[in-house]
Amino acid sequence: MELQVKNISPNNFEQCIKCTICTVYCPVLSVNPDYPGPKQAGPDGERYRLKDPEFYDKALKMCLNCKRCEVACPSGVKIGDIIQTARIRYDHHRPGLRDVILASTDEMGSIATKMAPVVNTMLSLKPVKVIMDKTIGVDCHRTFPAYAGRTFESWMKHKAPDQTVYPHKVSYFHGCYVNYNYPALGKDFVKLMNAIGYGVELLDKERCCGVAKISNKLISQATRDAELNIRSIRAAVAKGQPVIGTSSTCIFTMRDEYPHVLGVDNADVRDSIYLASKFVHELVDEGKVKLVFRPDFHRRVTYHTPCHMQRMGWAIHSVELLRMIPGLELVPIESACCGIAGTYGFKKENYATSQAIGKELFDSILNASVDEVVTDCETCKWQIEMSTGVPVVNPVSILAEALDVEATRKANGL
Amino acid sequence: MIYDTIIIGGGLSGLVAGVKLASAKKRVAIITSGQSALHFLSGSIGLLSAVDGEPVSDPIASLEKLPENHPYNKIGAGRISSMAGEAADILKAAGIVVDGNAGETRYRLTPLGAWEPTWLVMDGIASCPHPSKCPWRKATVVNFHGYLDFFPEYVADGLREAGIEAECHEVKLPELVRLRKSCSEMRAASIAKILRGEVLRKLAIELNALGGDSEVLLLPAVIGLKSMQETEELQAMVKKTIRYVPVIPMSVAGVRAQSMLRNYFEKLGGTYFLGDSVSRGNFSDGRLESVHTANLGETVLEADDFILATGSFFSQGLVAKPDAIVEPVFGLDVDQTAERTERYDKNFFAPQRYMRFGVETDKEFRVSRGGKTVANLRAIGSILSGADPLKEGSGAGIALLSAVCVARKLITLN
Ligand SMILES: Cc1cc2nc3c(=O)[nH]c(=O)nc-3n(C[C@H](O)[C@H](O)[C@H](O)COP(=O)(O)OP(=O)(O)OC[C@H]3O[C@@H](n4cnc5c(N)ncnc54)[C@H](O)[C@@H]3O)c2cc1C
Ligand code: SF4
Ligand code: SF4
Repeated sequence: MELQVKNISPNNFEQCIKCTICTVYCPVLSVNPDYPGPKQAGPDGERYRLKDPEFYDKALKMCLNCKRCEVACPSGVKIGDIIQTARIRYDHHRPGLRDVILASTDEMGSIATKMAPVVNTMLSLKPVKVIMDKTIGVDCHRTFPAYAGRTFESWMKHKAPDQTVYPHKVSYFHGCYVNYNYPALGKDFVKLMNAIGYGVELLDKERCCGVAKISNKLISQATRDAELNIRSIRAAVAKGQPVIGTSSTCIFTMRDEYPHVLGVDNADVRDSIYLASKFVHELVDEGKVKLVFRPDFHRRVTYHTPCHMQRMGWAIHSVELLRMIPGLELVPIESACCGIAGTYGFKKENYATSQAIGKELFDSILNASVDEVVTDCETCKWQIEMSTGVPVVNPVSILAEALDVEATRKANGL
Repeated sequence: MIYDTIIIGGGLSGLVAGVKLASAKKRVAIITSGQSALHFLSGSIGLLSAVDGEPVSDPIASLEKLPENHPYNKIGAGRISSMAGEAADILKAAGIVVDGNAGETRYRLTPLGAWEPTWLVMDGIASCPHPSKCPWRKATVVNFHGYLDFFPEYVADGLREAGIEAECHEVKLPELVRLRKSCSEMRAASIAKILRGEVLRKLAIELNALGGDSEVLLLPAVIGLKSMQETEELQAMVKKTIRYVPVIPMSVAGVRAQSMLRNYFEKLGGTYFLGDSVSRGNFSDGRLESVHTANLGETVLEADDFILATGSFFSQGLVAKPDAIVEPVFGLDVDQTAERTERYDKNFFAPQRYMRFGVETDKEFRVSRGGKTVANLRAIGSILSGADPLKEGSGAGIALLSAVCVARKLITLN
């Protein structure tokens, strides 16, 4: 009996009852029989790997880390975590140039923003795409997100004095995408928060959340970045400021992958790391904040649940916020993986799998005939826009657009 | 967030209760940790097929032989018929086609070719009102080349014993052979993902080419994972009647039922939180006020009424600890024997006492905690005590009827 109590692994792998439910919901297995599937790659394989690392199967790199298997498992087995940890522990293959480039969002971003017009033109040229395809294996069908000419951080520097006037404060984890590619989302966030009485500050220092480095196995760099981020988050929380992001993947990585995959302890601050839609929805739900919307806003949209959003179980917050907008018609679609999984879909060898996985989702989006798709993840945005042609926006941007700022400020006593 | 009713557990019982309440315009949320036991439901729903080892031909007349605390006795013989009819109607409203009538026994064809008594039979699964009234004189049992979870010769032998002529055939589809790449993955659900569109048309051609003078084609139940569309399409293209025989789980009919019920529930306006677990509750004055979940952190979910539908040991609605069986969410009172050694019989095939363990409830399915009834928390489905679903063939019947019974009560109460 004592043995029973002691026999508990961090990833719950001994709880697997071999029911195979997880295999029904794995998007990769559905389109690619070369992948062993979550049960085999996860808890089953782990039993062998614990006996002898030779049993490591390099097919595990096909896992998207979407965690749909974990959401389905009735026994609480952390299948995705088992697979990612095994890749880190047993796969000694060093990442090549392409993987390093794709994963180094911070490093690439800071160079590229300085030369944005040149880089954007270069990356969109057919010959350049073909060369990247042939030399480093970045699939030529992919469109790189454009780099902004000026980073969000530098914009925020000018805004800092305005932010001191608000009764409450939050720290914003903007992430690489907002900083280098799409500062507009960050600006929408500031607009929304200001309207409800919250000033926005940046963290002392911020590095990429590390999701791309983790999936490309640049683990020591990812761990360094994670430690720096958690130090900054701690400093913000010590000042009484919750830390809020607008990308579900960054937030998921910092809350769950840091402790589970990188072994970076965040227990003291985990509950202070929020996604914007969760933070705002809770304030509204508790009656602490009011939102007033413009009567002339009309839009037909659908909400796509990113895999990591599904794992966190927070899609409800975004959906409930959208439902509050009177002029918004929300068409429900069945949750499915878009297939991109961060840098996965950019790799030549994964392009076909990536598009096959997404097909179900693309079809239901096209059938829904909506003006826009709303989602909390930027890589889903690239994939859906490229594959369906339907524009994709973050819920924060929709809220910022639909908001009657003056009326909202007044309703919140500003 | 505030609801009229919160249902904990989204398996058969939770979903059916949710659908009924949402149809009555209640604000309902279902929170569920993972997928459910429906994934193993072979396609037939048992009401009561045996008592004390004796087969039952008239379930309602046999209720009095069941123990006093059996869920059916709490519902009462007088109401079982009407509730059974209503449960079947709810399934039909969700698009799940079932054969059979309340209170009447129907016979389904087992994977071993025997006719087994049951109640409702889903979507084209081979069944008949009585083995003596079997509608076919000759049957063709068809398997897919390479598929090992279905045993056509067993089925044929069984049929021959019952005086039906039977022959076996195999069809070879290259798209399915590809699945054999991973030795463990030529499974029911993965086949169902492929048997669509063009592949389905090829299958129809193969089936029509079989010829012969049999009246029915018996196929393994591996078609139609999300809806009935594929089985209908196939039947439209094939001249002979097609019926399906259950295979080793995953049960495609069960997965389909799960997804159809969930979609219907959401269409009626219900909120379904998949992949979140209720972790604890806040009680006051003998009532459950609100619950916490793993994903929502500090946010509580409040409701007037709560329904506990977390299933039995398989779904962790009940957990066996070395010294006792516990209900892990709220620590409710559990009907069980005190001594560990009395929980089970060493003869594996004998009735096992632990099968009858479950949460203690009053006549209205209200649970108790520390000996005191909780006024607004009711339990339904396989977490209830008093039944041995395996020996009685009553599992899905109890889930359906207790769900309808409790939902009716909540609708009349408020
Ligand atoms: C392997 C197997 C095969 C079966 N085959 C048949 C059959 O062929 N015919 C038949 O009539 N019956 C069959 N049964 C019985 C029948 O399927 C079940 O009795 C019935 O489906 C139970 O439904 P339920 O809703 O009570 O529970 P479940 O289906 O077990 O659902 C419970 C749900 O609650 C969730 N949950 C648990 N804890 C929490 C929590 N803390 N917070 C949130 N959610 C939680 C679980 O994840 C699960 O999704 C079978 C049962 C099993 C286990
Ligand atoms: S769903 Fe969970 S318990 Fe079932 S096989 Fe997969 S990991 Fe194991
Ligand atoms: S994380 Fe996603 S891709 Fe990886 S095994 Fe699980 S379901 Fe499959």
